[in-house]
Amino acid sequence: MRAIVLLGALVAAAGPAPAQTSTADGIAQYRALLADGNPAELWEAKGEALWKQPRGPKSASLEACDLGKGPGVVKGAFVELPRWFADTQRVQDLESRLLSCMQALQGFDAAAIAATPFGKGEQVNIEALVAYVSAASRGLRFNLPQSRAEERQMYEVGKRVFHFRAGPYDFACVSCHGEAGKRIRLQDLPNLTINPGDGVGFAAWPAYRVSSGELWGMQRRLNDCYRQQRFPYPGYASDATIALGVYMGVQAKGAQSSAPSIKR
Amino acid sequence: MSDPMRIRAQVQGSGAIVRVLMSHEMETGLRKDAAGKTIPAWHITEVTAALNGKTVLSAQWGTAIAKNPFTQFTVKGAKAGDKITISWVDNHGDKRTDEATIA
Repeated sequence: MRAIVLLGALVAAAGPAPAQTSTADGIAQYRALLADGNPAELWEAKGEALWKQPRGPKSASLEACDLGKGPGVVKGAFVELPRWFADTQRVQDLESRLLSCMQALQGFDAAAIAATPFGKGEQVNIEALVAYVSAASRGLRFNLPQSRAEERQMYEVGKRVFHFRAGPYDFACVSCHGEAGKRIRLQDLPNLTINPGDGVGFAAWPAYRVSSGELWGMQRRLNDCYRQQRFPYPGYASDATIALGVYMGVQAKGAQSSAPSIKR
Repeated sequence: MSDPMRIRAQVQGSGAIVRVLMSHEMETGLRKDAAGKTIPAWHITEVTAALNGKTVLSAQWGTAIAKNPFTQFTVKGAKAGDKITISWVDNHGDKRTDEATIA
């Protein structure tokens, strides 16, 4: 009897450990193979064309859009978002800022685009724009401004949202992203309460999802996180999602952006 | 209208290495949509690569190729400045040709 129990304990202790290492190696190898031909490049090219193309009721391009570093400056803008914008009097992330520009410059209805399901209508174009803008900051390090009270407030709000436990599973973001070495099936879960490192976590999105063949921005990433937690869906470009972006972005200070990266 | 391909072609040894990303749905015809209706097959059937107008690669593709396919091959004897042309045809009869210069 004792021998059986002991054997059981041995199997439990020895079993998963080597498999885990080889699985992680296998995934790393698979990712390396994929990274060479990241289809996110297709979105980057499409986004660049969309940025310069006169569109919308006002038939204007987005080249006068201020992403935080002055009108039309794309390079380096992504690693300083979300930030406070004087014209909208809001802290905005990339997607909500693009919505503002599309409304102000091109005459699109931002609320209608925000209500459009992912992968449909103008949301498709936002995916491409997000890929283009984030790619212009590839390799740069996150450095979100926290000089304004509004930005610091959003950080505190984001921290609370991140730790807010609710829903039928009594889940919070921190349930999965609160310590290192956790994973869901084969996906490593970065610890987002600290800086998880270069090109990991916040610094890896937007990304191309191989499994669905889609490019996901941070808004869609968060939307799906909430689906997995069985929470109600957060509003697109809502303050709660932006606050989470500020929290994760500030935690990731100094991390190198690899966006748009490639994910399973 | 299909989106342009991304072609990178670089000299490597006595030839060139060519990497191509294509933008295509590559629908197998086996999936069903939310309403339960079969999504019709829509995929690339033929890919050709030409070096300065001379065909160097010809491939028949089917439903087993992934969405937004990536393909890579080497061309012997290619030099910097040579033109590499990639074309595809899909089962709708749509065509796309893009060109790149070997660097």
